[in-house]
Amino acid sequence: MDAAAPGRALMEVEDLARVYTMGGTALRALDGVGVAIGHGEFVAVMGPSGSGKSTFMNLLGLLDQPTRGRYRLDGEDVAGLGADARATMRNRKLGFVFQSFNLLPRATAVENVALPLVYAGVPRGERRRRAAAVLETLGLGARLDHTPLELSGGQQQRVAIARALVNEPGAILADEPTGALDSRTGLEIMALFQALHARGITLVVVTHDPEIAAFATRVLTFRDGRLVEDRRQVPRNAAAALAARPEAAA
Amino acid sequence: MSPLDAFAGALDSLRANALRSALTMLGIFIGVAAVIAMVAVGSGARETVLAQIRALGANLIVVVPGNVTVGGVRLGSGARASLTQDDALALEREIDAVEAAAPTSRGQVQVVAGGVNWSSWLLGVTPSFFVARDWEIALGRGLEAEDYDRGAQVVLLGETVARTLFDEIDPIGETIRLRNVPFRVVGVLARKGQTTGGQDQDDVVVAPLRAAQQRVLGVNRANARAVGSITVRVRDGEDTAQAEEQIRALLRQRHRLTAAQEDDFLLRNLADIAATRDASSRTMSWLLAAIATVSLLVGGIGIMNIMLVSVTERTREIGLRLAVGARRRDILMQFLIEAATLSALGGVAGAALGFAAARALTRIAGWPTLVSPEAILLAVGVSAGVGIVFGYYPARRAAALDPIEALRHA
Ligand SMILES: Nc1ncnc2c1ncn2[C@@H]1O[C@H](COP(=O)(O)OP(=O)(O)OP(=O)(O)O)[C@@H](O)[C@H]1O
Ligand SMILES: [Mg+2]
Repeated sequence: MDAAAPGRALMEVEDLARVYTMGGTALRALDGVGVAIGHGEFVAVMGPSGSGKSTFMNLLGLLDQPTRGRYRLDGEDVAGLGADARATMRNRKLGFVFQSFNLLPRATAVENVALPLVYAGVPRGERRRRAAAVLETLGLGARLDHTPLELSGGQQQRVAIARALVNEPGAILADEPTGALDSRTGLEIMALFQALHARGITLVVVTHDPEIAAFATRVLTFRDGRLVEDRRQVPRNAAAALAARPEAAA
Repeated sequence: MSPLDAFAGALDSLRANALRSALTMLGIFIGVAAVIAMVAVGSGARETVLAQIRALGANLIVVVPGNVTVGGVRLGSGARASLTQDDALALEREIDAVEAAAPTSRGQVQVVAGGVNWSSWLLGVTPSFFVARDWEIALGRGLEAEDYDRGAQVVLLGETVARTLFDEIDPIGETIRLRNVPFRVVGVLARKGQTTGGQDQDDVVVAPLRAAQQRVLGVNRANARAVGSITVRVRDGEDTAQAEEQIRALLRQRHRLTAAQEDDFLLRNLADIAATRDASSRTMSWLLAAIATVSLLVGGIGIMNIMLVSVTERTREIGLRLAVGARRRDILMQFLIEAATLSALGGVAGAALGFAAARALTRIAGWPTLVSPEAILLAVGVSAGVGIVFGYYPARRAAALDPIEALRHA
């Protein structure tokens, strides 16, 4: 994990815009957003459907390039980077968690988790060791050689989180990570995120569920491609919320 | 991503679609198998001819009795005793280009020594034979002038015969029986080995012509001087084709053939045989190249097709790989290696089948075949190359995918 550099933001965007041109008409999916996310923050990104949340996340995650504006990731201006340089940055500095998990169906949990290490040039034996270690810390030590089909939705998402963590990135970007899960499993994932947050990892989580956003320390709200609210808050404790549920048994 | 990782991944994904992979390989598989088998037959045949030429020498012409037409009825080759020792003597005497003309008679005989019984070939020869052919003596002595003159019952043994009949014992001075007629062994010929066709050149017994004919093979009733063939050696530096014409003219004259009559003998020039075999094998090579090209092309297009399907099916996987840090060239390499592996596996399997088919042809049909390691390496290399060429376009498509769109792919 990157050591938190006080006073310097991990992700800093200025006047960020992403315009899609379709059949002559320009669609401003993101329209002049400026925000700085510091090391160790737990940010929830909210807003109605189509407001530009995913567009924003894709830009933060270097999966997409802005039409306009500046983006500094860990102090480095990434505007001019080519596709391969961005791939390498994603590999080193970022971890992704998706709504639909995006695990390779034929690969085992360990192999899925080890995938970023393949592209980091880590030798085979060490890859397996490191992937297994991360899975163990997430309580999946008994499921190392299971394929996604043999795992529950919550377990699959935890494998995906292990994959995001395995390269020890500074930040994890999650787009609707609980969207495909029931509310209890969603809570478990949020408890896990809070634990990671406690370890100093920066988290940016897109959700349109206020219950989920309540576990973050900061909430960014988007509307029509603009950042309309930036609010810091005292987070609810997900582990406590989980324990308080009637059928509580973790 | 290391090439080794890419290769392991390629095997995994080919295994995951085993049937589809196998069917895709079929084109390459069959093409390579056919080419390997046919090249094996072709080079086997060529090697046989080369070995025969090596064994005989390119400046040898073999004259054998030919077709004879009597009263409009064509009799088969060798139907009449048309070649004689006197023909041979005349060739040697009257044509400068002829270094030696050796009349020989040949027949299969039962050879017995002690309790051992062996079927071999008896060659009846004159001194010219050892001028025409470079057969050497390994043990004992060769045949000498007085052996020929007196019709002495002495023999030289080919290495195989000597070993079979006498094993470790020195055969020189021993007596053997050819069709029950006693002959004394005076020498053993140097080993000449097998032809690629599997003929053992050392399975032979050589005796003076007179003794061989009179005592064992029998004398032609129509003409006591008749022989089975005449082996002519053309002097070094002389033109074989020209010598052949002189031989033909002299024999026609001696046999009193009118201009309207066909030759009653055949001239076999090994250089000619080699040349025609070479020309036909060159045609064959072109044919093979055409078959190989077509089958590899068809196989390659099959691979391209299946790789395009695979790229589409795995769009999300590609998106994910890009998201977690795969560079364009990693994706490109992954799919190229997959295509090359698919194709090379087809090539390896095809080479194995072609090899097996060649062996079967040799065993069952008795065709000489030759599978060179180079041919197999070439087949596998070329098929891997086909995979790379035809896999390039699909791999490019995969590598050019936009990560976001790929991840959103259904
Ligand atoms: N590839 C694209 N081409 C054209 N328009 C796009 C593309 N991707 C997104 N958009 C448009 O950009 C706008 C913002 O999309 P985005 O996916 O960021 O919304 P979102 O806030 O994530 O919505 P949701 O909550 O439904 O996921 C939408 O109007 C969408 O239609
Ligand atoms: Mg979205």
